[in-house]
Amino acid sequence: MSAHTAISADILRVDPAPETERIVARIRDIVFNQLKRKGAVVAVSGGIDSSVVTFLCARALGKERILVLFLPETDSSSESLRLGRMVAESLDVRSVLEDISPVLRGARCYERRDESVRAVVPEYREGYKCKIVLPNLVDADRYAIYSVVVQTPEGETKKVRLSPAAYLGIVAATNFKQRARKMIEYYYADLLQYAVAGTPNRLEYDQGFFVKNGDGAADLKPIAHLYKSQVCQLAAYLGVPEEIQRRPPTTDTYSLEQSQEEFYFSMPLAKMDLCLYGKNNGIPAADLAPAVGLNEAQVTRVYNMIESRRKVTHYLHASPVLVEKVEGG
Amino acid sequence: MDSATIAQQVRSFIVENYFLGQDYRFADGDSFLNHGIIDSTGVLELVAFLQDTYGITVDDEELTPENLDSINNVATYLLRKFERTAQADDPAVREGILRGNA
Repeated sequence: MSAHTAISADILRVDPAPETERIVARIRDIVFNQLKRKGAVVAVSGGIDSSVVTFLCARALGKERILVLFLPETDSSSESLRLGRMVAESLDVRSVLEDISPVLRGARCYERRDESVRAVVPEYREGYKCKIVLPNLVDADRYAIYSVVVQTPEGETKKVRLSPAAYLGIVAATNFKQRARKMIEYYYADLLQYAVAGTPNRLEYDQGFFVKNGDGAADLKPIAHLYKSQVCQLAAYLGVPEEIQRRPPTTDTYSLEQSQEEFYFSMPLAKMDLCLYGKNNGIPAADLAPAVGLNEAQVTRVYNMIESRRKVTHYLHASPVLVEKVEGG
Repeated sequence: MDSATIAQQVRSFIVENYFLGQDYRFADGDSFLNHGIIDSTGVLELVAFLQDTYGITVDDEELTPENLDSINNVATYLLRKFERTAQADDPAVREGILRGNA
């Protein structure tokens, strides 16, 4: 009989008070002692991860040592800014709004993206909206191959599988968004001698759900060890506004609304969380399946997907590689 | 076209396109994904190669490891695809398809 029978979703339960104190102590030590910075910059998206990081940083460093940034662009949902402001107001911290659209237009982000969309959907033009989506990877053995979904101004939608060039073109262009945001974050970090706090949770960090030198860049990542459902538990404990806690995770990157599920994880994040925990802790697929509400074959597929994503995204985590070790580096 | 020719052409594409080098050894039955030879973007490139080289259309539902995850799988898939296309091009078969009893 397996040692891992009777697995339940409770395996991801954390005791929020001591966990908060542990993280807060680490943030203080990292920012003040290790990095010798005077505070932290946090870009707030109105989602639960960046909200929790802001609450933790404010608790660790003091609200006067936090700068919250709102960095919307043309395709951002107005909800993101409204909810982001709610975070800054509830903590009474300083905030700055910087619309990054002009930077993106300067880099021809939208133009380049649209050219790539038109390579597979020639009628795509101004006024159309788009997003890229994956097929369901849990129910059958399929490849993670993206399609673009376009919506006409009249609301008609069309889904077309992407060619390699179109896929890479769309991703490369939209990655300007995360990189432009990071550029602004470091502007304020330099100006104030602050550290930049990154906001990935464990799922995102482990599975490479970030842009290299974009949202993947930061001086500290205080919740990268927490599963998404643990971040939610901390949010409730820290008093993150209810509306933010209830908001479904979104990428807020494409003009059509896009969930993280359809863009990357292929299943609800709560289930993905349990599968990642199961994989990390050597729990056999058959033992985990009832707790996740999947069958053994589906969990095995998710385990394989996790492993495959780790291999593919290894490059995203890699630091610049030197020819030989350099003293003082 | 036979299976051995397809296998050789697909192998050349894989070796050249994914920088494996002439010394890299992998068997015709080895899984591309398990051996870290290509990822899903690589599969997309492989599909583009197959479509351009053999004049076929790889349908969405055919994008499975069963069809594309090794040189043998690709060869079997292509031969099956050629066979279906040839049948569809045969006037007698085409008429049968139109009548719904092919």
